[in-house]
Amino acid sequence: MSFLNDVAQIFVKYYPQLLSGVGNTMLIALVGTVAGLLIGLLTGMVRTAPLSKRAVPRVLHRILNGIIAVYVEIFRGTPMMVQSMVIYWGYAFATGGKTLPLIPSGILIVSINTGAYMAEIVRGGIISIDRGQFEGALSIGMSHAQTMVKVVLPQVMRNILPSVSNEFVINIKDTSVLNVIGVTELYYFAGIIKRQNFQTFQTYLVVCVLYFILTFTVTRILRYIEKRLDGKNSYTIFGSQSASAAEIHVQREG
Amino acid sequence: MAEKVIELIGLKKQFGENTVLRGIDLSVEKGEVLSIIGASGSGKSTMLRCINLLETPTDGKVLFHGKDITADDFRLSRYRTQVGMVFQSFNLFNNMTALQNCVTGQVSVLKRDRKAAQEIAMNYLRKVGMEPYINAKPAQLSGGQKQRVAIARALAMEPEVLLFDEPTSALDPQMVGEVLDVMRNLAAEGLTMIVVTHEMAFARDVSTNVVFMADGVICEEGAPHDIFENPRNPKTKEFLSRFLAR
Repeated sequence: MSFLNDVAQIFVKYYPQLLSGVGNTMLIALVGTVAGLLIGLLTGMVRTAPLSKRAVPRVLHRILNGIIAVYVEIFRGTPMMVQSMVIYWGYAFATGGKTLPLIPSGILIVSINTGAYMAEIVRGGIISIDRGQFEGALSIGMSHAQTMVKVVLPQVMRNILPSVSNEFVINIKDTSVLNVIGVTELYYFAGIIKRQNFQTFQTYLVVCVLYFILTFTVTRILRYIEKRLDGKNSYTIFGSQSASAAEIHVQREG
Repeated sequence: MAEKVIELIGLKKQFGENTVLRGIDLSVEKGEVLSIIGASGSGKSTMLRCINLLETPTDGKVLFHGKDITADDFRLSRYRTQVGMVFQSFNLFNNMTALQNCVTGQVSVLKRDRKAAQEIAMNYLRKVGMEPYINAKPAQLSGGQKQRVAIARALAMEPEVLLFDEPTSALDPQMVGEVLDVMRNLAAEGLTMIVVTHEMAFARDVSTNVVFMADGVICEEGAPHDIFENPRNPKTKEFLSRFLAR
């Protein structure tokens, strides 16, 4: 019984820290995921745009594509824990000791890390859209940007939503690595609490449950949004079906 | 002689080693309904797709009212609003309703007011008999219905010329009629049309001119009566005899 009592005590005694940790974790994960998605959508648009016929924009476009490719490879290919150390202390090194505020640093690191994955998720989403959708848009005079914004990306968003949910859940868990630079997210507070009550197992068990509640809730909410996006199965008939059909001049091929 | 709207001069197209068009010369006048017939793989669709630059020609020229459409300073977007296209696979926007399909181009490309665009869209949807289905998504429509919406979408841009790329080839036989009826009406109203088709009855009865293509060249060109009753080129004869025997 003393075990359950310990656990309850952790909630009672440390709920301000736990709550603040949950809040910061969710803030960093949510903003990081949304910003990462925006990076993904932007890079996806750039990388799928046709190269211009004129020399200067074409060269600039190629350079931009190259930068995006390097960005994706580097941030996908190194651990986020190391990235946070390099970015945080790299800034301090470059400015002679000045440091970035911690929560914004955390958001920045998660955003660019997520952006690298999202770039590939969005690119996959765009190339999975039927060529005909692009041609239909081009045939009525739409530009690449218009085609993307009005026709392609709305369909891409629906298709990649499961992957975006995935990234969000991963981010909720992976913000824990930001404790290496001292960001006050949930895992960071677990360390503080443990050092005060010396109940390592009980403390991390509580934090574990909290992480699961967060990820499970988010998964359910996103699943609900997915369903909403699919829309209704039916549609309403406008006006009189029979009257309008009568207007068609019916003449079969001989 | 009527004004030339579209003119192809020595048009060639290669996909890698594969030469699809070997020098096409063709002109289309205002109000003309030109049917392009020929076996699959003869280059009909490629030629049509070169006219609105969905394919870039390898060599030769496409002129629109005498202006070269591949020139660097040519305003391609505006041109595409003037030369519409109807596809074999409809290519309706899957994320939009029938009405939105017909409105979006008007608002974003022609910068029409949304209200006015909706009225114009309704007008053309009524014309193709799809007014009851304006709230349906493409996935909820039959093939023939989709194609009629696609025609309304193209018409809503109020183009000068409409290109049809085998508009009935992906349809069940009982739906072919409803689409051809719409096309007949458009022809009767004097819209300039270029139609790649396997519907010989349509080519014979509705078009003002017929072109027969084989192996990337135009073999024969003339009034439908001459082509169908009196083909001179042996390839035309063979193609038509196979078709009419079916």
